[in-house]
Amino acid sequence: MNDTSACSRLGPKEYKSGVKPVWCPGCGDFTVLGSLTKALSGLNIAPENAAVISGIGCSSRMPTYLSTYGFHGVHGRALALATGLKVARPDLTVIATGGDGDGFSIGGNHFLHTCRRNPDMTYIVMDNQVYGMTKGQASPTTEPNWEKGKLTPSGTGINPFQPLVIALASGANFIARCSSSDQNGTAKVIMEAIRHPGFSLVQVLSPCVTFRPEQREWKKLVQPAPVEATSDPAQAARRLLTDEGLYTGVLFKGHRPPYQPTLESTIDQVTELDEEFQL
Amino acid sequence: MSRQSLSIALSGSGGSGVMTTGSMLLEAAGKAGWYGIMTRSAGPQIRGGEAAALIRVSDQPLESHDDSFDLVLAIDPASLGRFMGEIPLREDSVIICDMAGGRRDASLPETLAREIDLPMKKMAKAVKGGRPNMIALGVLARVIGLPEGSIGGILEKVLRAKGADALEASQACVKEGYAAGAELPAFSGPPITDVPDGERWSITGNEAAGLGAVRGGVRFVAAYPITPATEVLEWLAGSLPKLGGVLVQAEDELASINQIIGASFGGKPSLTATSGPGLALMTESIGLAVCSEVPVVVLDVMRCGPSTGIATKNEQSDLNIALNGLHGDAPHLVLAPTSLSDCIFTTQWAVHLAEAMQTAAIVLSDQSLGQTRAIVDKPADIAFIAKRNVPEVVGETYRRYAIGDSPVSPMTIPGQPGGQYTADGLEHTEAGAPSSLYDDHLAQLDKRSNKITNFNFGEHWADIDGTGDTMVITWGSACGPVREALSRLRAQGTEVRMLAIRLLAPERPEDMRAALEGVKRVLLVEQSHSKQFYRYLRAAYDLPAEVKLFHRPGPLAFKPGEIIEQLSDWCGSEKL
Repeated sequence: MNDTSACSRLGPKEYKSGVKPVWCPGCGDFTVLGSLTKALSGLNIAPENAAVISGIGCSSRMPTYLSTYGFHGVHGRALALATGLKVARPDLTVIATGGDGDGFSIGGNHFLHTCRRNPDMTYIVMDNQVYGMTKGQASPTTEPNWEKGKLTPSGTGINPFQPLVIALASGANFIARCSSSDQNGTAKVIMEAIRHPGFSLVQVLSPCVTFRPEQREWKKLVQPAPVEATSDPAQAARRLLTDEGLYTGVLFKGHRPPYQPTLESTIDQVTELDEEFQL
Repeated sequence: MSRQSLSIALSGSGGSGVMTTGSMLLEAAGKAGWYGIMTRSAGPQIRGGEAAALIRVSDQPLESHDDSFDLVLAIDPASLGRFMGEIPLREDSVIICDMAGGRRDASLPETLAREIDLPMKKMAKAVKGGRPNMIALGVLARVIGLPEGSIGGILEKVLRAKGADALEASQACVKEGYAAGAELPAFSGPPITDVPDGERWSITGNEAAGLGAVRGGVRFVAAYPITPATEVLEWLAGSLPKLGGVLVQAEDELASINQIIGASFGGKPSLTATSGPGLALMTESIGLAVCSEVPVVVLDVMRCGPSTGIATKNEQSDLNIALNGLHGDAPHLVLAPTSLSDCIFTTQWAVHLAEAMQTAAIVLSDQSLGQTRAIVDKPADIAFIAKRNVPEVVGETYRRYAIGDSPVSPMTIPGQPGGQYTADGLEHTEAGAPSSLYDDHLAQLDKRSNKITNFNFGEHWADIDGTGDTMVITWGSACGPVREALSRLRAQGTEVRMLAIRLLAPERPEDMRAALEGVKRVLLVEQSHSKQFYRYLRAAYDLPAEVKLFHRPGPLAFKPGEIIEQLSDWCGSEKL
C-alpha cells in the first residue's frame, strides 16, 4: 500500500527536495512542480514509495526538485526506464516527466510503445513547443511557420505532432490536457491520472517565457473542455482532432487492463532449471 | 592421453530436417557416454536454402571442430556445395550421398573423399510417411558405432508431439537406415560407456549464458530480438517466470537498456542480451548506468560486423566498442567466457561483479560459443550471486554518492524510507544534486574508477595453464581450438602455456606480469581483421619482446592444426 495513515499526511512542500530549480523566472514548469507536489500530497503517497523518472530538457530536471526517489536519465528514454521500474516494482507509484522534444522527438518510439503497452504509470509532458535547454529550436509540436527557431529560420514547414491523438491511437488509457496557469486544476488532473489504471498521459501547456514569450497568452486562450471525458476512442479521436489544442481537462478514460506480468515464482530453487539440460 | 574423435557433417536442402537429425545424433552420442559438439551452418534464408549440421564426437570434452571431417552425409548432392569451405576432407574421408539414379551427380563437389551412393529417398519412400533424414539418422548411428537402442528414446521424446504415425514412420526409417549402415564402411567411434544420469549435460552457449544470469540472481530482462543472441532470450523468457522474474520484449535496444536500468534502480538484478548492432545503440545508456552507478549486465553475442555484417556467423570484433565505446571517462567491466560451459560462470560472475561494484558489465560471448550445442560434464554450481550494498538503516544525512572508506557507496532501493535520492546521468555531488564543478567531477570520476580498479577479482581474471617459455594468449571462442592444439602438442611432449583472458576490463597489470613470468615469446590468436585484441594487449600490458599474431576475420573458425602450425617456428618440427 502506498498510503500512510492520515495523521502523518505530508504537505506539498515536504515533497520538494530544496534544490533550487534551473528554470527561468516565470517558467511554467515551476507551477507544474507545485501541481505535482500537491497531487502527491493529496493522494498521501509517501515520498519513498514514489519514483519520478525523466530524460533531458528543462522540464526533465523535475526529479531533482522532489523528495521522492528519482531518476534523471538520458535524453528521450524516460518512459523506457520508467517501464522497467514499474514492471519490476509494481508496488511503487511511477511518474515520468519531461518535455515535448524529449517525449515526442528523440523519445517518440518509446511514447508509441508505452501507450501500447499500457503500464500503470503517469506521464506528465510539459509542452512548450520549443527546445529551451539548447536555446530555442523548433520541437515536434512547434507550428510550421514559427520563424524564430535558430535551426529553422524560415519555419519548419512541417505539421506539428499531435501527441494526444497519437496517444489515443497507440492505446493510452487516460488522456488529459492541462495548463500550467491553473495549478490546482492541474494537480487534480494529475491525481486522477495517477489513480486511473494503465498508462496516463497528461499534457501540460507550460509556457517557455524565454524563447516563446507569446505563450504567456495561453492562460487567456485555454478553456475547460465543454464535455465530460469519454471512454469511446472514436468520439475522443473526433474531439482531439478538432479542438485546436486548447481545451483542458480529462479528455479520454479507457478501460484497458494495465500491462503487469505476474512476479510469482513457481519453483523454489534455481537448480531446478538444471533438469532440462541433463542427459 | 590422445583423443579419439569423429567428425561428421550432415547437409541437406532447407526443410530436409538435417538440424533435427544432427541434434538427435548428438543426444544419442551423449547417451552413449560420448562428448560432442554440434554447430549449425545455414544461409540467410528464413526457411529453405541449404543447411548443414557439423558434429564432432569424442571420448574427451570438446571445444573445437577438428582440422578435417571423417564422414559427410548429404541428403541431396547439391546441398553440399556451399559448405565445402567449412568441411575439409581427406583421401580417407567418406561421403555418403543419395545419387538418385546411381549416376554421379554433377552438383556434388569434387573432393579427395570416397563417394558412396545410398538411395535414402527411395528407402524413405518404401516406408509410409517415411523421411530421408530419419534414414540418415539410422545410417549414421550404425556407421559411427552407436547402439541401435540409443536412438529409440530420443525419437520418442522429439517426435511424440507429432503423433503416433509420425513416430512409427521415423522408427521404421531409423531401423532401415541402421540395417543399411551395416553394409557401409564403419568408423571406430569412442568406446561406449555408462555415465550416471545427470552427470552430462546437453546445452548451448546461449542457454548457458541464460542459466548463468539467473544463477547470479538476474530476475529482470528486457531485450529486442537479434541474431545470434535470440536463443538467450528465448530460454530466459521461459525460465524467468518460474523464478518470479520477467522478460519484457522491448521496442528497441534503447528501450532494452533503459528498462533494465529502471528495474535495477528498483532493486532487481537485471540483464539484456544483444549483438553488435544492438550494443552500438545501447552505448549511451550504458554510460548512464556507469554514471548513475546502477548495476546492469549487457550480454553481447558477437557476430561479423561492421553494420549488419554477417548476422549468422562468428567474429570477435566487438572488443573495441565494448572496451572503448562509451563516451566520456566511463570505467566499466568487460568480460568474456573462455568456453561454452564457461558462459555459465562468466555471466554469473558478471552479475555478481556488476552488483558488487554498482556498475555496468559487458559480457562478450560470440556466435560460435552461443549457438554451438555441446555434450559437457555437469557444470559446477558456483556461489557467486548478486549482493548489492544496500543500507539496512538510513540516517538523516544519507548521501547516495558519498565518498567514504569504500568507493562503493551504499545504495538505497525505492520504498526505503529516508533513502530517497535522484539517480543522475548529470555529474553530481555526493548527495546526488547536479553539479558542474571541477571538484565534484573529479571526486566522482575517482570514485567510479577506484571502485573497479581496487576490487579484488581473485584468480578468475584469466584461465592460465601449462608450462614452458612459449605462451598463447587468446580469448572467447578462439580458446577452444587453442586448447586442443596445446593438448596435442603436450601429448607429443611439447609444453606451451596458455592464457585465456576472462576479465578484459579493468586491466590487471600485476596479474599479467605474474602470468608472463618466464615467458619469452607469445602467440596471440583472435578473430578480428583489425587486430583489436592485439592492439588492446599492446596498450594495456607489457608483453615479451617476441610477439606473433595469428588473426583473421570471421566467419572461418580456427582449427587446432593451424595453431600448431603457427607455433611451429618456435617449437621446431623435431620437437613436434
